[in-house]
Amino acid sequence: MQQNREPILKVSNLKKHFPIKSSIPFKKATQFVKAVDGVSFDLYKGETLGIVGESGCGKSTVARLINQLITPTEGKVEFNGVDLASLKTADIRSARKSIQMVFQNPYASLDPRKTIEYLIAEPLAIHGIGDDASRKKRVVDLLETVGLSAYHAKRHPHEFSGGQRQRINIARALALNPAIVVCDEPVSALDVSVQAQVINLLKDLQRDFGLTYIFISHDLNVVNYMCDRIAVMYLGKVVEIGTYQEIYGNPQHPYTQALLSAIPKENPFDAKERIILSGDVPSPVNPPSGCAFHKRCRFAMEQCAQIQPMLDTVTDTHQVSCHLFRVNSL
Amino acid sequence: MTEHLLNVENLTVEFKSSGSTMKAVNGVNLQLNKKETLGIVGESGSGKSVTATALMRLIPSPPGKITDGHIYFNGRDLLQLSEKDMRNVRGNDMSMIFQDPITSLNPVLTVGNQIVEVIRAHEKISKKDAATKAVEMLKMVGIPEPEKRLKMYPHEFSGGMRQRVMIAIALACNPKLLIADEPTTALDVTVQAQILDLMKKLQQEHDTAIIMITHDLGVVWELCDKVNVMYAGRTVESTTTRQLYDNALHPYTWGLLESQITMGTQEQERLPAIPGSPPDLTMPHSGCHFASRCPLATEICHHTAPELVEVQSNHFVACHLQSKEQIVERKEGIFNAAK
Repeated sequence: MQQNREPILKVSNLKKHFPIKSSIPFKKATQFVKAVDGVSFDLYKGETLGIVGESGCGKSTVARLINQLITPTEGKVEFNGVDLASLKTADIRSARKSIQMVFQNPYASLDPRKTIEYLIAEPLAIHGIGDDASRKKRVVDLLETVGLSAYHAKRHPHEFSGGQRQRINIARALALNPAIVVCDEPVSALDVSVQAQVINLLKDLQRDFGLTYIFISHDLNVVNYMCDRIAVMYLGKVVEIGTYQEIYGNPQHPYTQALLSAIPKENPFDAKERIILSGDVPSPVNPPSGCAFHKRCRFAMEQCAQIQPMLDTVTDTHQVSCHLFRVNSL
Repeated sequence: MTEHLLNVENLTVEFKSSGSTMKAVNGVNLQLNKKETLGIVGESGSGKSVTATALMRLIPSPPGKITDGHIYFNGRDLLQLSEKDMRNVRGNDMSMIFQDPITSLNPVLTVGNQIVEVIRAHEKISKKDAATKAVEMLKMVGIPEPEKRLKMYPHEFSGGMRQRVMIAIALACNPKLLIADEPTTALDVTVQAQILDLMKKLQQEHDTAIIMITHDLGVVWELCDKVNVMYAGRTVESTTTRQLYDNALHPYTWGLLESQITMGTQEQERLPAIPGSPPDLTMPHSGCHFASRCPLATEICHHTAPELVEVQSNHFVACHLQSKEQIVERKEGIFNAAK
């Protein structure tokens, strides 16, 4: 059903290679960290797309690329049909009005010397929206939207707990009425009981303002709860993408299967079969040849070490990049 | 009463800061037998890490101080020991793994050096023999090519490998008790699974007792025999893991259990969150610390602090509502009033 809709954001073959500077001055970098290496997906209006993966798989880099906080090495991010990379700096700014971000660490993302009022009104001031009085009013509205009160406006960040700070971050992200909010691990720094509050808030806001979320997390339980569709990343690539029912109910990629089996048990009596991955995520500087996962994969075949698998279609909404799937479906 | 390996009575730890005193741990009791695993669960600021550090007598003083209580380990009160004797206990009898492996390893010493240091601090053994033992330790925690790895520095290891090194250091002298302070919080789920598996395996091989400090109930279900739930420096509920899952009695514990997001949570519309946030412990407080967030709080909760009482055998709860019947009745009352 989502396929009939026009995507609000289209990411195609997005790549970001960070050069590793040589210790010799003026020498050109010859090695690159392939943080994001050919990521494509569509984002439809009103949905929540989850991006999951282990640390270092490139999920945060994708978030920053979407927002044009860093420029891609290759590939396109199209918002409402416009390629963001082709825009001039001033135009990118105005495009950013529609794509806002909530960062992971609520302690680092708020300037400790500014009042909450200043922090939330700052995006309005930058984009020249309204005058002082109307901005103040908007700040109060936003504070109330995220479950804080007007009297919080004059306070400083250190007076707030982690959960409250994340609410402030969310209020700031909403100040410009964005269409898309990119949430980069918004709850992973919070305690469980507070985590639930913030997740409820994000869900309420989505319903009330028709927001579209990109939700980045390493916590598969949270992603399952929040998201309509999920993209699983490994070493800069999307290895599987599908609706949450498909990813959790019928995971095709061995990496997705291992990731799901690694989630701690739901109760003490549940005897769970575990797929323990050996070793660590390989270095994105010299990723293994062929399928990047083949060295840790239970089912690795000969061709996995040589040929890089492409995304194959499982269903209309479900794609996986694995040779095994191709072999099995023949 | 049988002799416990570890018996903590009325442990109280205070921190002084400009003018105010904070009771980070307030009268905590713990019992742990050989080979058992005890989980200490709670949110940040609940005093779980302070409890662990106090057991090792590693509370920085000043500002912190253990003001009351006893820590009996194998029948000896650790709080009465001299610093020199205590140093012998650490590493030999009990040792600790910390949350963040990168800050707990010395970046300018090789991994081998750091393991050898621990072994030689407790055993009269030549450097060469200690190095051989270090290789064995690394092999035991599943690090490939241990001889080569011994000469490497911590920055050359990944997060999971560093935590394995920490475990190797902690187990180097075969301690009877291992205290793990959020050992997997900084790690990815796949690596967390590896580390938890390793801990389980090593526990069986060496008969070590483990105190597992965590905020993740999933880790508790995975590893622990019994659980202590802490809130604002006090134990609010203490029982076996199974009993806690089936029959949690304290409203805070339910809150924790319910707000835990698991695979089955998708069906519900909203998560049952605990409103508000944990209290500020520098403020003087009478009554139950949880009262302001508790859906079932009554008059008495706000001015009298509940005692930890045994409501069933081996099930301790600190709440004025002490039986399931009482709680259900109260819950229904509130539900009807809302209607």
